[in-house]
Amino acid sequence: MSETSPAITQATLVKKAAPKSDYKPADVSPQRRVQRSFAVRLWSVRHSRLLEWFYARFSDMFLALHPLWKRIGYGRVEGPIKFVEKRVKGFMFDCRMCGQCILSSTGMSCPMNCPKQLRNGPCGGVRANGNCEVEPDMPCVWVKAWEGSRNMVHGDKVLDVQKPVDQSLRETSAWLRVTAQAAAAREAARNPPNPGAPA
Amino acid sequence: MIGRQPDENPAGIHLPLDPLPGHTSRGRLERVLRRGEFAVTTELNPPDSADPEDVYNRAKIFDGWVDAINAVDASGANCHMSSVGICALLTRMGYAPIMQIACRDRNRIAIQGDVLGGAAMGVANMLCLTGDGVQAGDQPGAKPVFDLDCMSLLETCRIMRDNGKFLSGRQLTTPPQLFLGAAINPFAPPIDFRPYRLGKKIAAGAQFVQSQYCFDVPMFRTYMQQVRDLGFTEKCFILCGVGPLASAKTAKWIRSNVPGIHIPDSIVKRLEGAQDQKKEGKQLCIDIINEVKEIPGVCGVHVMAYRQEEYVAEIVDESGVLKGRQPWKREIRRDDQLVAERLDHILHDEITETQVDMVKTAH
Repeated sequence: MSETSPAITQATLVKKAAPKSDYKPADVSPQRRVQRSFAVRLWSVRHSRLLEWFYARFSDMFLALHPLWKRIGYGRVEGPIKFVEKRVKGFMFDCRMCGQCILSSTGMSCPMNCPKQLRNGPCGGVRANGNCEVEPDMPCVWVKAWEGSRNMVHGDKVLDVQKPVDQSLRETSAWLRVTAQAAAAREAARNPPNPGAPA
Repeated sequence: MIGRQPDENPAGIHLPLDPLPGHTSRGRLERVLRRGEFAVTTELNPPDSADPEDVYNRAKIFDGWVDAINAVDASGANCHMSSVGICALLTRMGYAPIMQIACRDRNRIAIQGDVLGGAAMGVANMLCLTGDGVQAGDQPGAKPVFDLDCMSLLETCRIMRDNGKFLSGRQLTTPPQLFLGAAINPFAPPIDFRPYRLGKKIAAGAQFVQSQYCFDVPMFRTYMQQVRDLGFTEKCFILCGVGPLASAKTAKWIRSNVPGIHIPDSIVKRLEGAQDQKKEGKQLCIDIINEVKEIPGVCGVHVMAYRQEEYVAEIVDESGVLKGRQPWKREIRRDDQLVAERLDHILHDEITETQVDMVKTAH
């Protein structure tokens, strides 16, 4: 964009001055480097409706098991559940264990795989072919999320504004958290607080 | 009687304007837009220096042609003077800056602090952005933060303004009075999602939006049609981003190197066919402005002329979007000017009085 040759920018100069070696990493962002190929991830997006149906049954089952979890103690089951959750969701969605799963609001495409970790939609840098601005070979997580959400029954949840990630919940089980919260909500609905009673 | 410009605080140009009903900020840009005038905003090329004069000189060329000036926050992930710093300088001189906040470099603690700091210095407009990735800039080894995203940032600012609270719920003693903005890019995939994304931004708190460079007017027109059908034009002021291309070579370079800017072949061809490509680039920009200003729902233009800032005035003038209106301009006050005129000779009179002469005239 400058008056002189447009190809020379500050960034180009910096890149040229960087020390050269035979080893050149394939990917740009660390996010991408910890992932395998994204074939499975894309399968999950294509089958978002099936997964939505399955997850609804699965979460009901987990909620039904709430008394069991409570008897054993949520703290004690956390280890094994997290072990399974991390591997299952890691395989299916390249899950990053943010601990506050919103896959059902993002068309079964995990937003934490975005190099900018956007949870509310695509940035303005998506390439014309639908690939990521940072990782030219990776399909944009949010282009896929939009496609996935269109297949889903409650796909319009993609239009909800998501709160920022609570970083203190990283590496915790989203399954157990959702279950415990749903159980608490069910409990509250069953025993509405007596309006006459003192707080 | 001292003649005053509209939208100026009589007690001093650096002070916020009087609050008006229906306005959330005390800035000039919101007044211009709410009056229904066609607004013009532009972008200041941030200096790589610690000299305030550099900022003042770069702002001066826009005098009387724009309603607000964007202070970019390390755009393209390149290091420059901070947007807070630029805004602090510009508000001192009475300009209406739009403080850009990018989520790339700061976490929620720093950002909320900057929102308060900026508002305290008289910044009335804030533009919430995600920011480019660090790999695009001159320091690719930096840590990308992205603690918030543009949407949660908008919501955070809105909560601070409307609820008078930090994100944590802690009370603010004086909430910031802000006019909140966001960016839109109607030209990048997923195209069908883009209008809904604007809806999300409005829900999160956006009151005005500036678009990415528009070179494909039919595409923008389709987008605006969808946005109008969804009823978003009544909830938000949309400013279309435009700018001159220096040459066909630059256009091709931008197309392949800057993600998110869509330049159709017809534009490149038109530039290639021109005798003076730079002049043609400017004319092209004027033509695009004349087309987009007729699209219903477009409330203004955002002229981005990176390293061609001197053209902004010409582009605005020749396109005639202001319709004879002159945006606020930094002027010397009439009484100051009168004093200056009367006493100016003191500086130039070459009378050297010696003490002997003074004694002689005294007698």
